[in-house]
Amino acid sequence: MSARETLAARQISRDDSLVGRSIVRPNIRRHTEGGGHFVDDIKLPRMVHVAFLRSPHAHARIVSIDSNAAARMPGVIHVATGKDIAAISKPYVGVLRHMEGLRSPPQYPMAVDVARWQGEPVVAVVAESRAQAEDAIQRVDVGWEVLPAAVNMEKALDPSEPVIHESYGSNLCYRQIVDTGGVDEAFAQAHLVVEDTVNIGRQTGVPLEPRGLIAAYNAADRELTVYHSYQSAHLMQGTLATCFSMEERQIRVIVPDVGGGFGIKIHTYGDEVAACALAIILNRPVKFIADRFESFQSDIHARDHRVRGKLALDREGNILALEIDDLTGIGPYSMHPRSSSIELLEVVLFTGGNYKHKLYRARGTVVFQNKNCMCQYRGVGHPVAFAAMEHLVDQAALKLGIDPAEMRRRNLISDDAYPYTSPSKTRFEILSHQKCLTQLLKLMEYDDLRKEQAKLRKRGIHYGIGLASFFELTNPSPLIYGMGGARIGTVESCTIRLDAGGQIVVHTAICELGQGAETIVAQIAADAVGVELSSVKVISGVDTLSGPTGSGAWASRQTGTVGEAVLQAGLTLRKNILDVAAVVLQTSEEKLDIINGSVVMKDGKRGGNVSLLELARIAYYRGNELPSTCEPLFMATHQFRIKDYDFVFSNGAAGCLLEVDPETGFIDLLKIWCVDDCGRAINPKLVDEQIRGGMAQGIGPALLEHCIYDDQGQLLTCTMADYLLPMSLDVPDIEVHHVQTLTKTSALGAKGIGEAGASAPPGAIMNAVNDALRPFNAKVTRQPITPEVVLEALGKISQVSSVSRQA
Amino acid sequence: MKAPRFSYARPDTIAEAIALLTRFGEDARVLAGGQSLVPMLNLRIAAPSILVDINQISALNGLTVEAEKVHVGALTRHAHIESSTDVSKYLPLLALAMPHIAHPAIRTRGTFGGSCALADPAAEIPACSVALDATFVLAGPNGERRVPAQDFFQGALTTALKSDELLTGVEFPKSKPGYAAAFGELTRRKGDYAIVGVAAHGFISQARLSDLRIVIFGASDRPVRARHLESELEGKEASSECIRRAATALDADVEPRDDLHATGETRRYLTRTLASRVLSDLMKVGVS
Ligand SMILES: Cc1cc2nc3c(=O)[nH]c(=O)nc-3n(C[C@H](O)[C@H](O)[C@H](O)COP(=O)(O)OP(=O)(O)OC[C@H]3O[C@@H](n4cnc5c(N)ncnc54)[C@H](O)[C@@H]3O)c2cc1C
Repeated sequence: MSARETLAARQISRDDSLVGRSIVRPNIRRHTEGGGHFVDDIKLPRMVHVAFLRSPHAHARIVSIDSNAAARMPGVIHVATGKDIAAISKPYVGVLRHMEGLRSPPQYPMAVDVARWQGEPVVAVVAESRAQAEDAIQRVDVGWEVLPAAVNMEKALDPSEPVIHESYGSNLCYRQIVDTGGVDEAFAQAHLVVEDTVNIGRQTGVPLEPRGLIAAYNAADRELTVYHSYQSAHLMQGTLATCFSMEERQIRVIVPDVGGGFGIKIHTYGDEVAACALAIILNRPVKFIADRFESFQSDIHARDHRVRGKLALDREGNILALEIDDLTGIGPYSMHPRSSSIELLEVVLFTGGNYKHKLYRARGTVVFQNKNCMCQYRGVGHPVAFAAMEHLVDQAALKLGIDPAEMRRRNLISDDAYPYTSPSKTRFEILSHQKCLTQLLKLMEYDDLRKEQAKLRKRGIHYGIGLASFFELTNPSPLIYGMGGARIGTVESCTIRLDAGGQIVVHTAICELGQGAETIVAQIAADAVGVELSSVKVISGVDTLSGPTGSGAWASRQTGTVGEAVLQAGLTLRKNILDVAAVVLQTSEEKLDIINGSVVMKDGKRGGNVSLLELARIAYYRGNELPSTCEPLFMATHQFRIKDYDFVFSNGAAGCLLEVDPETGFIDLLKIWCVDDCGRAINPKLVDEQIRGGMAQGIGPALLEHCIYDDQGQLLTCTMADYLLPMSLDVPDIEVHHVQTLTKTSALGAKGIGEAGASAPPGAIMNAVNDALRPFNAKVTRQPITPEVVLEALGKISQVSSVSRQA
Repeated sequence: MKAPRFSYARPDTIAEAIALLTRFGEDARVLAGGQSLVPMLNLRIAAPSILVDINQISALNGLTVEAEKVHVGALTRHAHIESSTDVSKYLPLLALAMPHIAHPAIRTRGTFGGSCALADPAAEIPACSVALDATFVLAGPNGERRVPAQDFFQGALTTALKSDELLTGVEFPKSKPGYAAAFGELTRRKGDYAIVGVAAHGFISQARLSDLRIVIFGASDRPVRARHLESELEGKEASSECIRRAATALDADVEPRDDLHATGETRRYLTRTLASRVLSDLMKVGVS
C-alpha cells in the first residue's frame, strides 16, 4: 500500500471515524419539515404551463388535428403538434454502437403522423395554468385512423402481426446470444434435467415526485436553462444540445431536490423535450409536471420477460449446465439514450452468474410492440435473472430431495475463487456468496424454521420458506454506455475547500434522490479532512454550469465513485492544511494530525494546537503573518473513475417466510431477511434503507404491481387504485445484516447497494410460495403471484384472467 | 389531473342545500368528505358546475340512539362510527365492518352518507345496511322520503337519490338479543376495496340459525342478499361442513363480475369460500 492508501484507510477506520457509522442524515430535518425545494416549488416570472393530449390508441394514424377551439379557450397561449415540435427538435435514436444488431428508428418528441403507444404525446397546449391547459386539451379534435396493434410480445414476430416500423420488415429489435459450447453434451449426459418457464410482469417505478421540469430560454444569449427532476443533469445537457443543435455551453441543467427516481428519471422523454422546445418557441419559461395518470402511461415500464430455463445436474446436485431463452417486449422504440436492450442483456449475462457451472447458453430476443416504452428501472434485469435461476435451483433441489439451502451451498461460487470469470465472461473482483448464505441461514434460524413449518403443516397452516442468492452490477466503467456513443459519463469529481469561516464546503455532482447521497459525502469529507460533521457543508443539487461534472444516480454508483473522489480530494485538502499549519506551528507536516477540526501534534504534546478556523483566518485575512514562501491552497479537487474492472459487483442472500392460504390463494408475507455485501458500508443505516426500499420494489412485482394492458393495447392500470404498490402494511419486517468485503478498485472500498434489494424478492418469494404449495403438488411460475395465479396452480379455478396471464 | 372549474357553495341548513340542488339539478354535486369526489374531479370523471359543500350542516352530523333504532347522520365520519360504543353495542355488524374501510386518514374525512351515496359495489357500509335492513332518509324539495336499503342501491354507483335530493341519514333497527354478526372480506392489499366480502347477521338459538341475512358485496354491481343460501341454512344446526355444502347455493345468488383483480369464476369460488368462513364465524360468535 502506498502512503496515501494507508492514510486513506486510517482516516476512514479510526475509532472516531464517521464512515461506518449510522449517523442521521443532516438534511432530514429540512425535508421532514417541508423545506424541500423541488421543481414544482419553483416559479419563474412569465412562466406558463404545458399539458399534453396523448394518444388514446395503441397504434393509429393522425389524419387531422383541429385545435381552433382549444386555442380560443381562456388562458391558452399556444397549441403545438408533433410536427411543430419536430421543426425545431431533432429526433433521437435509442441505440448503442457496441450492441450489434440493435435497431430503433428516429423518435420524435411527439407523435408525427402515427402514434405508436397509448399515451404517446400528440398535441401540446400551453396556458397560463395547468388547469386551463387541461381544459383546452378537451377541445382539441384529432381525427384518427386506428391501425392494428402488435400487443403481445409472444406473437410480435409472427408474420401475421402488424409491423410497427415498416422498413424493418419485422418487430425484431435486438438479439443476443451467449454460448460456451458443450451445453448439449452436458444435457445429454445429465443425471437430471429440470426445465421451466418463468413469466415476470410489466412494472414501473412510481417515484413520489413525478417527472417534471421548467425550461427557460434566454433568447438574447441563446441559452436554455432547465430545472429538472432528473437523476443525471449532465446527460440531459448533452441530450438537449443534440436535440436543438446547440452547444453544450448553451444548455444549463439544474437539478434541485428530487423526490425519488428509481431509474425513471434517466431517460429522454418526448414530453420533456417538447416542453423545452416550447420554451424556445415562446421565449417564456414553460413548466411541465407529469400527473400520476400520464406518469403511468409515459414513465418507462420495465421487466415483462418470459424466461425459459433448463438446468443439467449430476446425482449429487451439482449444476453442470444452464440454458435460457429470454424474450421481452419493449414498446415501439428503444429508449434514448441507454437503449431498451440492456435489461435483456443483463438477464442473458447474469442468469446463473453466482453459480459454479462452466457451461452456459443463452438466447435473448427483444421485440417491438405497441405499448409504452420499457427501459432501465431499479434492478435492471437482475430480478428477472434471479427469479428464473433461483426457481430452477429450487425445482432441482425438490427433484433430488436436497434441501434448498444445501443445494445453494453446493453450487454457489466459493468465496476463495476470486477474481472469477463467469461463463458469460463477466468478471467478478471479489464476492462473498457463501459467507452471506451462511450468515443468512443463521439469521433466519433456518433449521428451526423448517421444523416449525413441518409442525404447522400438520395443522393445515402452510408456511413457505424461500431463498435467493443475488449479486448486483454497480460502479460501472465507461464500458457500459460511454463506449457505445451515449453521453453517459462514469467519471466523478469533487472540489472541497476550507472557507474563511472554518467550514469545509464540498462540491460534487452527486444527486440526492432521498437515498442519503449527501450524507455519505459529508461523512467521507469529514473523515478525510479530520473535522466534525457539523463543520461540513455539502452543496445540494446539481448544476451543470457551476458545479463539477458528474454522471448522476444510476447503476448504484454514486457512493463508490463520488465517495472516492471526495475521499481523495479531502486527503489532498488535509495535506494542504497541514502544510500551512506546519509553518504556523514551526514544525513539520508529518508530526501533525487533524482531529475534530484542530491541528494537533501526533505525539500528543500540548501547546501546538491550532484550529482550522484560526488557520483559515490567518490564510484569508492575515496573510502577512505567513512567510512569503507559504502559499496556502485551501481548495482541492479530485476526479475518479473505475479502471481495473468493467463493473464492481456486490452481492448478498435473502430469505423470506410467508403463509399461503390454500383455500383463497392469498399470500401473507411474514418476514424477510437479507445479508448483503456492499463492501465498506459508509452508513449502515442508509444501506439498510436501500435494502428495505429496494425490497418493497421487489415485493411489488412479485405479488402486486402490474402494468396491465388489454388486447387492444389499452393500459388499464393508470391510477394508484389499479396499480397496486405495496404499502406499509404490505411490507413485512425486513431484517438486514451486512458482510463487508472491500473492493480494491478504490481506497474507499465501497461497492453499490442501491438496486440489490429489488433483485432478490421475486425469486425468494416465488420459491417460498412454491415451498408452501409443495404438499399440494402445485407450483406457480408467473408474477405477480396474485391469488388467482395461486388458485389456478391449485386447480381451484380453471384459468386465470387474461390480464393475469399477461406476463 | 386538475379539476375543471366549478363554483362552490357552503349552505348551513338542509333546506338551503336542497334549494341549491333543486336550482342546479344535474350540474350540482354534494361534497361530503371528498375522499371519492375530489379524485373524480381531478380525473375529470365528474365535472359538476357547482359543489354543494354540506360540511357546515350540523343537523347531518352524529349518531342518535332511539328506543328501537339508531340514526346515523349522513355527515358522520367513518372514524366516529368506528370508535362509537353505541355502534358496537347496538350495531355490532357495522362495528366489525368499519376498520375494513380504507385507511385511518380516509376514515377521518370520509362520511357515512358519502359512502352510501357513492354506492361502490365493493363498499362495506352499503352491504351492512342491506344486511341490517336499514332505512335511508332522503330529503328533497317536496319533503322527506324513506327508502329501504334493498331499494336504495340500484347498481354500480347508482342509487335511488334524485339529483335534487340529499341523503340526510340512515336508520338502523337495534340488534336484538340472540342475534349475532360476522363480517369478512378479501382484499389485495389491506384497506383496498374488497374483491368480495360477506356481511352476515342472524338469530342463533341452540346452535340453530334463523332470520338470517347474508349480504355479498364486491361480487356484483351492488350488495346482494344471498337468499338461496339463507333459506338453505334457515333453521339448520349449521356445522362447518353443512355451511360449506350450503355455500354452493350462492351460485344462484350472485352473478360475479370480471375485473382487473379476478375473473367471475374466481369471484364465484372466493365468494363460496369466504361465505363459509364468515358463517362459521357467525356460528362461533352466536354459540359463545
Ligand atoms: C384510497 C381509498 C381507499 C378507499 N377504500 C374504501 C374501502 O375499502 N371501502 C369503502 O367503502 N370506501 C373506501 N373508500 C371511499 C371512502 O370510504 C369515501 O370516503 C366514501 O366512499 C365517500 O365518502 P365521502 O364522504 O368522502 O364522500 P364524497 O367523496 O364527498 O362524495 C362521494 C359521492 O357521494 C355524494 N354524496 C356525499 N354525501 C352525500 C349526501 N349526504 N347526499 C347525497 N349525495 C352525497 C357526492 O356528491 C359524491 O357523488 C376509499 C377511498 C380512498 C381514497
